[in-house]
Amino acid sequence: MGDSFQLADTTFSSRLIIGTGKYRSYDEMKAAHTASGAEMVTVAVNRVPLDGSSESFLDHLDPKMKILPNTAGCYDADHALRTARLAREALDTEWIKLEVIGDPVTLLPDNEQTLEAARVLVKEGFIVLPYFSDDLIMAKKLLDAGCPAVMPLAAPIGSGMGVQNPSNLRIMREQLPDATIIVDAGVGVPSDAAIAMELGADAILMNTAIAESRDPAQMATAMNLAVQAGRLAYLSGRMPKRLYASASSPIEGAIK
Amino acid sequence: MVSFQFNGEVREVPEKTDLTRMIELFTLPPKRVAIEVNGEVVRRAQWSFVFVNPQDKIEVVHFVGGG
Repeated sequence: MGDSFQLADTTFSSRLIIGTGKYRSYDEMKAAHTASGAEMVTVAVNRVPLDGSSESFLDHLDPKMKILPNTAGCYDADHALRTARLAREALDTEWIKLEVIGDPVTLLPDNEQTLEAARVLVKEGFIVLPYFSDDLIMAKKLLDAGCPAVMPLAAPIGSGMGVQNPSNLRIMREQLPDATIIVDAGVGVPSDAAIAMELGADAILMNTAIAESRDPAQMATAMNLAVQAGRLAYLSGRMPKRLYASASSPIEGAIK
Repeated sequence: MVSFQFNGEVREVPEKTDLTRMIELFTLPPKRVAIEVNGEVVRRAQWSFVFVNPQDKIEVVHFVGGG
């Protein structure tokens, strides 16, 4: 597909970004990554075990993949800032998926703390990709803060519920026609990804839907196709919805 | 010995242990990790000049699978 996707200084040909968590084995993860066609994967920052048992997780990733560290597990702006700075130092990358969680049960984002952290990180030179609740006003504020894209959720992390509020996504797309919108979290099946793309998302970030499927490589292929299908449909423009039928065959000339 | 908080646990190192030596003592991977001392990142180039002090809170992080 010649429909590339620009994020900061990088051009991606794939509109699917995927995670590296929850896979049953490194082999399954690698096969899924290859099948997905994704060019960027997320990783989490974590304490090194002090018993010397650590192994380099990054060695199991395709070296061609761009690595996007996240601030998962952070519950306030200060923790997210510290995590982002550690990630930058360890990986020598300015890219960060900013995630500040507000509640351990729903894992819903704390938009206020996210915005606060985004403002600081942008000033420090980070390329901030913020995960947030699907709210137009917050999207505007995050973009004003200097984020090159916004990443509204479709549904809670790992829920697989699909796009819970398509109207919010549609409004965000219509009101922010020039913004890069990446739907992050909540996709369960390829149709969810296709719906998000049909609504005008520029890309999708997902993890659990692929990693927890029975055959992650096959599911990754399906997601790749769904994202492409949804994108093509969005560019093509959907037909209007009608309450009543509209005949596809001519009424005139039918035998009586 | 110097007692300090290391990734949330109490640990000890000999006096005048710098961060490079600390990583060696605990056989931690030297690459693609980052060190924070009392809330501030210490750049890799500075590791050999920063010593572990009593009561320091030191975090060493690496990367794991995530979404």
